[in-house]
Amino acid sequence: MSFDTHAAALVAVMAIVTMLLRFLPFLIFRKGRRTPAYISYLGDVLPQAIIGMLVIYCLKDTVLTAAPFGLPELLSAAAVVAIQVWRRSSLLSILSGTAIYMLLIRLI
Amino acid sequence: MNTDGKAPAGGGVVKSAFVTSIPVMAGYVVLGIGFGILLRDAGYGVLWSLAMGVFIYAGSMQYVGVGLLAGGASILTAALTTFMVNARHLFYSISMIGRYRDAGKYKPYLIFGLTDETYSLLCDGEAPAGADPHLYRFLVSIFNQCYWVTGCVLGNLLGAALPFSTEGIEFSMTALFIASFTQQWLTSRDHIPAVVGLLGSLACLLIFGADSFLIPAMLVITLALTLLRPRLTGKGAGG
Repeated sequence: MSFDTHAAALVAVMAIVTMLLRFLPFLIFRKGRRTPAYISYLGDVLPQAIIGMLVIYCLKDTVLTAAPFGLPELLSAAAVVAIQVWRRSSLLSILSGTAIYMLLIRLI
Repeated sequence: MNTDGKAPAGGGVVKSAFVTSIPVMAGYVVLGIGFGILLRDAGYGVLWSLAMGVFIYAGSMQYVGVGLLAGGASILTAALTTFMVNARHLFYSISMIGRYRDAGKYKPYLIFGLTDETYSLLCDGEAPAGADPHLYRFLVSIFNQCYWVTGCVLGNLLGAALPFSTEGIEFSMTALFIASFTQQWLTSRDHIPAVVGLLGSLACLLIFGADSFLIPAMLVITLALTLLRPRLTGKGAGG
């Protein structure tokens, strides 16, 4: 079995960038220095927008022009939203949504 | 206040850290298993799962990472995607600067282990009376990573052994983000950032196609939010 060097490089890059993001503020904003307002602002608004982007990213390969016209994705996504609104438990809505999806792609 | 640097009972702080971490246990083990199965389905075995859980240690990024690995993404795409997906960690760290300042030998790991869930457990600054708060936070952080890595490894092994088809299990990632999106929608005052994220990405998906929309989407979102800043910050309670 040959070692996948490119995959190892990708994992290393993901690890290093993640670490940089976590350590950088501790290196830049040492005691007494204030966080710039623009950075704080991005900290408030970016997470919601990026989660929205990731939802689109996950659904990007859904085929809408042929059967089943993205119906399993649509119904399962609606179930996740409904269960999340109802119970406010991410674990419950993720598990139920995934189970519903796995069921639907076998039925539809 | 009497803090002589040593916890009076070593077992006490371990126990209270463990109790604090219990809510994260179920979530991390289950989501870790989902990740492990996905990674196995993409053709990467248990050592890859272990390495990603230990070194990347960022739940949603690892799910996205499976797609990057499977699609043979470029180094630049991987770096930029990680930056955007994990940019929120900058802000977790910023808010913990004061609390972790004097954590000494625990500080590097405390910073490394600052995931969404660990942050949510530790951001209130509470620590049990009498215990070394840094040791307590260190233990909570390390318990959480143990749950996560256990899930990643278990899922990868299970993925190879499960007697039934796991087709469709990849929806767990979609469900994770939809649940998170819904939760943020329910708890935030202003929904413009969420809408910008959805519509900006959708527009870029239609324009640039499924394989190359991520980077333009990140740029469009950052630009749009920068332009909307006067509107989003200028109105107090927002609308």
